[in-house]
Amino acid sequence: MRALLIRDLSLAFRAGGGFGLGLAFFLIVTVLVPFSVGPQSALLASIAPGVLWLGALLACLLSLDRLLALDFEDGTLDLLATAPLPLEAAMTVKALAHWITTGLPLVLAAPVLGVLLNLPEQGYFWLVVSLALGTPALSVIGAFGAALTVGIKRGGLLMSLIVLPLYVPTLIFGAEAARRGAQDMDPTMPLLMLAGITAGVVALMPFASAAVLRVNLR
Amino acid sequence: MSLWSYANPVKFLTLSAKVQPTLWVLSAACLCIGLIWGFFFTPDDFRQGSTVKIIYLHVPSALMAINAWFMMLVTSLIWLIRRHHVSALAAKAAAPVGVVMTLIALVTGAIWGQPMWGTWWAWDPRLTSFLILFLFYLGYIALWEAIEDPDTAADLTSVLCLVGSVFAVLSRYAVNFWNQGLHQGASLSLDKEENVADVFYFPLLVAIAGFVLLFLALVLYRTGTEIRLRRARALMAREQRA
Repeated sequence: MRALLIRDLSLAFRAGGGFGLGLAFFLIVTVLVPFSVGPQSALLASIAPGVLWLGALLACLLSLDRLLALDFEDGTLDLLATAPLPLEAAMTVKALAHWITTGLPLVLAAPVLGVLLNLPEQGYFWLVVSLALGTPALSVIGAFGAALTVGIKRGGLLMSLIVLPLYVPTLIFGAEAARRGAQDMDPTMPLLMLAGITAGVVALMPFASAAVLRVNLR
Repeated sequence: MSLWSYANPVKFLTLSAKVQPTLWVLSAACLCIGLIWGFFFTPDDFRQGSTVKIIYLHVPSALMAINAWFMMLVTSLIWLIRRHHVSALAAKAAAPVGVVMTLIALVTGAIWGQPMWGTWWAWDPRLTSFLILFLFYLGYIALWEAIEDPDTAADLTSVLCLVGSVFAVLSRYAVNFWNQGLHQGASLSLDKEENVADVFYFPLLVAIAGFVLLFLALVLYRTGTEIRLRRARALMAREQRA
């Protein structure tokens, strides 16, 4: 498992472009928002938590087709499927690697981008907490979408159509927690729900991902 | 003679050919009676005026939109567990019907909401969860269309249906938490107190029966088409090989 994680991580770091791409996309989305809604700082402050959450979600989505597609093409996935390691564990590790290369940088970059959007001072902490709790769920759910569409040529758009509705609960609770934090309200309740969703999908989703991946590999 | 014997496509087709005419006639009759009774022979509501009559389209289609997904969930499970092809094809056949029902519910809801709430759309929990259901249907249908091998497609869409069901329920409660509603409470429930008044209730029941029968007839018809299409493809493949 550790070998697989290290392999995925080093591939993501070395095989150019993949690693920083999600982060750059996040930056660009955040920069485009003031252009589209206007530079009034009060307006930006009120939408900042939601925009940052949406940007992180889209950046996560963008990097999903790299999660399995390359390994599917060169046959690595077939080897993984026949390896002694259960495919469920392999999918968990792959989702973890995706989170470390995409989700974690997004969590760390979010406060910096919060400055651009004039996020209120008390909001930074809760934004980071909610993203840190929520992005693992995005990676795991995304891994299911990637496994589902890995056999389809040019399945990227289809994957977005399938994955985005699955992201709804995570987005609702995550953005709500960040918004409440920014408005000095108590964000405990949505944070607990968010943590519940993440724990649930991390525990159960790899089984679904491995099941659809087996179908795609047969 | 158990239910499973109809997993045989030939038996399924014979039975569905036998019941279908009855279903079509009954559903047409129920829809005619329910809608005409509802539209012309019920009084206007004292607050909502004549707009209340859209309930005869709105409530049954919304009900069927959810039940169609539920039916797909059950048939997907049967496919995954017992590998009956008819079951998978029935799920495939039900999806477009379900998406149309969802669309009818959304559109009639918007038309009803305009005079009543003064807006075509509000981010009310019920409306939002229906929109999400609509997106789930679209993803499901798109996945069926995208995969060529029928067994792979059936497997993948079945798992998507299961996962989607969990997330649809989750989203339902999430949006409930997210925003307070404009939508009224349930129009129909076992608790008699909550129901709409009797004058509206009986034509509504007839209209719902009509929608249920229409759904059954459409799904049987479309499943039959899918089975024959599959058979035609198999024949063509065999000829090419020979």
